[in-house]
Amino acid sequence: MAALDTTADVREGVDRETVETVRSMSGTYKHGWETDIEMEFAPKGLNEDIIRLISDKNGEPEWMLEWRLDAYRRWLTMEEPDWALLEIPPIPYQEQYYYAKPASMTEKPKSLDDVDPKLLETYEKLGIPLKEQMLLAGVEGAEVSNDRKVAVDAVFDSVSLGTTFKDELAKAGVIFCSISEAVQKYPELVKKYLGSVVPQNDNFFAALNSAVFSDGSFVYVPAGVRCPMELSTYFRINAENTGQFERTLIIAEKGAHVSYLEGCTAPKRDTHQLHAAVVEIVVLEDAEVKYSTVQNWYPGDEDGVGGIYNFVTKRADCREARAKVMWTQVETGSAITWKYPSCILRGDDTQGEFYSIAITNNHQQADTGTKMIHLGKNSKSRIVSKGISAGFAQNTYRGLVTMHPKATNSRNYTQCDSLLIGDRCGAHTVPYIEVKNASSRVEHEATTSKVDDDQLFYCRSRGMDEEEAVALVVNGFCREVLQELPMEFAMEAQALVAISLEGSVG
Amino acid sequence: MLEIKNLHAELEEDSDVKILRGVDLKVGAGEVHAIMGPNGSGKSTLSYVLSGRDGYEVTEGSATLEGHDLLDMEPEERAAAGLFLAFQYPVEIPGVGNMTFMRTALNAQRKARGQEELSAGDFLKIVRAKAKDLQIDADMLKRPVNTGFSGGEKKRNEILQMALLEPKMCVLDETDSGLDVDAMKLVSDGVNALRDAGRGFLVITHYQRLLNHIKPDVVHIMSEGRIIRTGGPELALEVEEQGYGHILEAV
Repeated sequence: MAALDTTADVREGVDRETVETVRSMSGTYKHGWETDIEMEFAPKGLNEDIIRLISDKNGEPEWMLEWRLDAYRRWLTMEEPDWALLEIPPIPYQEQYYYAKPASMTEKPKSLDDVDPKLLETYEKLGIPLKEQMLLAGVEGAEVSNDRKVAVDAVFDSVSLGTTFKDELAKAGVIFCSISEAVQKYPELVKKYLGSVVPQNDNFFAALNSAVFSDGSFVYVPAGVRCPMELSTYFRINAENTGQFERTLIIAEKGAHVSYLEGCTAPKRDTHQLHAAVVEIVVLEDAEVKYSTVQNWYPGDEDGVGGIYNFVTKRADCREARAKVMWTQVETGSAITWKYPSCILRGDDTQGEFYSIAITNNHQQADTGTKMIHLGKNSKSRIVSKGISAGFAQNTYRGLVTMHPKATNSRNYTQCDSLLIGDRCGAHTVPYIEVKNASSRVEHEATTSKVDDDQLFYCRSRGMDEEEAVALVVNGFCREVLQELPMEFAMEAQALVAISLEGSVG
Repeated sequence: MLEIKNLHAELEEDSDVKILRGVDLKVGAGEVHAIMGPNGSGKSTLSYVLSGRDGYEVTEGSATLEGHDLLDMEPEERAAAGLFLAFQYPVEIPGVGNMTFMRTALNAQRKARGQEELSAGDFLKIVRAKAKDLQIDADMLKRPVNTGFSGGEKKRNEILQMALLEPKMCVLDETDSGLDVDAMKLVSDGVNALRDAGRGFLVITHYQRLLNHIKPDVVHIMSEGRIIRTGGPELALEVEEQGYGHILEAV
């Protein structure tokens, strides 16, 4: 690739020293190692040429490039949002790499067998054996029914590595592939829906993503089809100074059902890394989408050095009658989280649900919540948010519930609970409520409490150590949300709650 | 089993408040001792200091369990060493299933003692059997720990935990408070079923009536942070008939 041979700007594979430093760092972040792989980087910084390069690398058609360039030009005129309760240091957008790809992927692998084994190892370490998913499901035999299988799409830095169970999904008519593949194979679907829920100029970070997204997942479930298995994507940022900008597009046609899970990890680094993703979900008549996230990006160390900046725009559009969407998120990682998975309840009798656990420890900051936009009649929404703050962390729930004049007889119920551990952290609740018709009803309940010393002592007097006790009490606090996660991930999430709070007491 | 020598303790945040002023007590294996005394005599504080609750400063003396220094251990280490405190006011933990709570506790103790952790299946068998003995219905095992339990259910839940954890030394802090006659009988039956030659009990109570059900070997009267009289079961009856005032005057 000629464009990459401009020597000075081309990064070598990650150097030995860094790898060893990272390995020798002992700490509590379990996924803090990196994979020593030759990487191919686009030159640092952002301009129209870089966008052309990304588009060219993905072999995109002209319309896609134009769409990106349009987004980029809009981005140039926009400013970072500053209304969140976050202290965001200036982000040097021109010092980032906007495209990184394992060198062995230059020739796109035909199947998982062609993928660099080191990459597969990375995913195995994370507990996601790509190839083995099916074997494992088979080995466990009778107990593991078909619906326990999970199809995985793995995104490493900017590139999708491969998707499991493609054939089986194809039989059901479900398309599950990387978005770059979808642009080539299903351009009509992508053209029709991309940007239809989150427009290019929706916000600063969405515009940036629209310009530079390099990969992500694409899901299409045809009318009347219930997706035969859980779909899941694992995102991993590996390369240093590299932003990850994945783009996910999910379309559920009339009467379709799908459950989707994303997981995220990144190595430990003392620099900050940018993650600005966009997820768009289109839900048509009677369709149902469940989207669960376990976000465990590197949160930075105890002193707040390093960590991912997580600026994410996620939105679902319940476009037609009786469409239903459910967001569940477990946010434990990232130095800064700015994220508001939202529901546009456009059709009549549509339903939106949002269940959230946000844990911040040490110097982490999170400003997260949801927007429920009621446009259709008899639309219903439910929000359950559990914020846990420890160390010096700041945790804000920010939510908007709006009932438009036509959204008659609509309902919202919001419950926001905050839990504080220690006396140096903060919890904040910022609800915005707009009701523009007389027949709708909005309820909001909020509580703030501290982890009770009596509860901890009670647990300890029965034999649990302090961290076990905190984890147990906090898991109890989060239970209403944890039980909304798919079975396979509920256990993982519980363990993650415990890990995230290590060192928060004593 | 349990040996307390000249134990002095004061409030951590106010060293002028001296609550224990030289407690001496020895409970042998297989024995049931009762501590009685008026309100504010330091009975409950003794149970907290033994189990390691924050807020108290031990200034003098010692407490050992089978020769191991209790005061040097964290609360969870004391539990693993075999000490159990049945709380006067069992604590509610919303969202945490009673079963999960007990399994986490039991496995934490087993791990601390170098034993293998119990699988969910094995644990379930054991806890169901113990619950049946105590006439506790399965529903109570599924509900969140003590949350929305009646007074009697909370105390029975304490006894269930005791039965499950099989401690060597059980301290019962005013277990009879807030119980009606039927509940008291159920709880006492549970305690009596656990009496055995290898286990010691320290039953803290304000009233004699509990001791009709749990027959003590030795009765101590505590006042102003000290044990002022020790005797047999007849001492409890004396309290019942004549009140604490009479006994305190006599000392």
